[in-house]
Amino acid sequence: MRNVQTVAANTFREAVRDRVLYNLVFFALLMIGTAILVGQVSIGIERDVIISLGLSAISVVGIFIAMFLGVALVSKEMDKRTLYALLAKPVKRWEFLLGKFFGLVMTLTVNTAAMAAGLYIALWSVERAWLASDIYILTAVYLILLKLALIVALALLFSCFTTPFLAVLFTAGMYVAGLLAGDLRTVHGVELDPSALRWMRGISYVLPNFENFNVMGAVVHGRGVPGTFVWQATLYAVLYTAIVLTGAAIVFSRRNLK
Amino acid sequence: MGMPKCAIEIENLSMEYPYGFLHLKKKKSLEDLTMSVEDGEVFGFLGPNGAGKSTTIKLLMGLIFPTGGTARILGKPIDDVSMHGSIGYLPEQPYFYDYLTAHEVLDYFARFHNLKGGDRAARVEAMLKKVGLDTAKKIQLRKYSKGMLQRVGLAQAILHDPQVVVLDEPMSGLDPLGRREVRDIILELKREGRTILFSTHVLSDAEMLCDRVGVIVGGKLRGIGAPGELVDMKAQGMEILFELSSAAASLPLLASATRTGDRYRVQLPEADLYPALDALKGTGARILAVTQIKPTLEEYFMHLVEADRAQANAVEVSGK
Repeated sequence: MRNVQTVAANTFREAVRDRVLYNLVFFALLMIGTAILVGQVSIGIERDVIISLGLSAISVVGIFIAMFLGVALVSKEMDKRTLYALLAKPVKRWEFLLGKFFGLVMTLTVNTAAMAAGLYIALWSVERAWLASDIYILTAVYLILLKLALIVALALLFSCFTTPFLAVLFTAGMYVAGLLAGDLRTVHGVELDPSALRWMRGISYVLPNFENFNVMGAVVHGRGVPGTFVWQATLYAVLYTAIVLTGAAIVFSRRNLK
Repeated sequence: MGMPKCAIEIENLSMEYPYGFLHLKKKKSLEDLTMSVEDGEVFGFLGPNGAGKSTTIKLLMGLIFPTGGTARILGKPIDDVSMHGSIGYLPEQPYFYDYLTAHEVLDYFARFHNLKGGDRAARVEAMLKKVGLDTAKKIQLRKYSKGMLQRVGLAQAILHDPQVVVLDEPMSGLDPLGRREVRDIILELKREGRTILFSTHVLSDAEMLCDRVGVIVGGKLRGIGAPGELVDMKAQGMEILFELSSAAASLPLLASATRTGDRYRVQLPEADLYPALDALKGTGARILAVTQIKPTLEEYFMHLVEADRAQANAVEVSGK
């Protein structure tokens, strides 16, 4: 496990030195702008606007980082051939892959935590008071982070067997399909062959169901998120990510480098 | 169990690359390579660009997978990553994380060899000194020249005291001083009893350093042996260098000689050496040198490359 840790720490260092965390400046500006704006138009929905905009930004920024950096994790090392010297050390390929995964997840955790702090600051600057339900923002952020980890795993899997461009495309495709997975499961009132319906339902269970991590509606309106929901989402994310990473490791273990 | 006699054993190693839009066509980049590198020897892997040297090395390091054959390093199959703890590898045109400094990159690699704390720091410092980078160790690699990256590559390859060192074109990108330093490092590694396999297309390096060389052209091993042995197969004649005053210029030998002032240089078969010397003795010539005409490794190498090209052309013509 020490090799995984070493690769992960270096991946995090790379992200920091390549100024990935600069996206926080964008997020800070967005939050400041929103706070000023809602402060002026104040019609009783400031809290909702700030929370919903903040959580959306955390999610969107995170998805971009997870997809693009996730794909680059391995493909960049193969392209630049930095991987050659590393794989000639007593390092197994799966250890490298896992290290890369955890390194980016670590980066995303720091990034997401900083954005969450920014969101709370914006909220305070407008409202000057806390509500008990504000704690659920953290739950929403935690679930976003689970979603991001799953996206990183998918990006890593695709980048192991195709070009970076296609890998981004596939990851984005999986994400969109995953958002619709729930709808596929509950198709009603459509004239369809029963076997086609069975297929659709089957596929809907195989696709990563990203709706499992979406609690924004509830949190924005100050409603709580049940503990069982959080537990189930966590279990789902861990299992799904583990399966995807295993697939990535299998593909990568036989991959010829250039 | 004693030490294996051969540090590297390669048997019928082959590699085919798929190519074309659907990857249906296959190109052989290495064909049935069988050879071994003995314990403690410096082995030079020679061949023109694209001959299969890097392919072989990458196969040995587990970066690509053979389509046929097997190989063992220190008695262990090449897919056994644990053996990498005793191997050092310098990739061709090495490139490392450019956001790290030389010190950081060596420290990073040292961690995979289980070097701990103070020991690791000491090793890293010693290596930086050895390859002449101790003054540039705090600079990010993105500011390094090609030659400096080559030195970082060499340092990471020998950082952990490996028994076997595999260097892919270690001299490329280096200035004459750098080349000499690399040569010195290779010789030092040899003195320490390590096995070294290095690839090069610079023949003089191989002649100077190697106990044995293998010549690979077009994915096939065309010759293997000590540099002297290889070229001896084609040893040809003798050369006499002498001084002669122009008065005695009637000697028949002079017809085939090359003249520079009073000095003559003549090449002849070994059997004709003594009669020629006798004849020269009679004329009062002053013999300056008698040397064996040895084709250089370069000539041998060119001969093989040309033979391969001729064969390739023949195949192409007959295929039409």
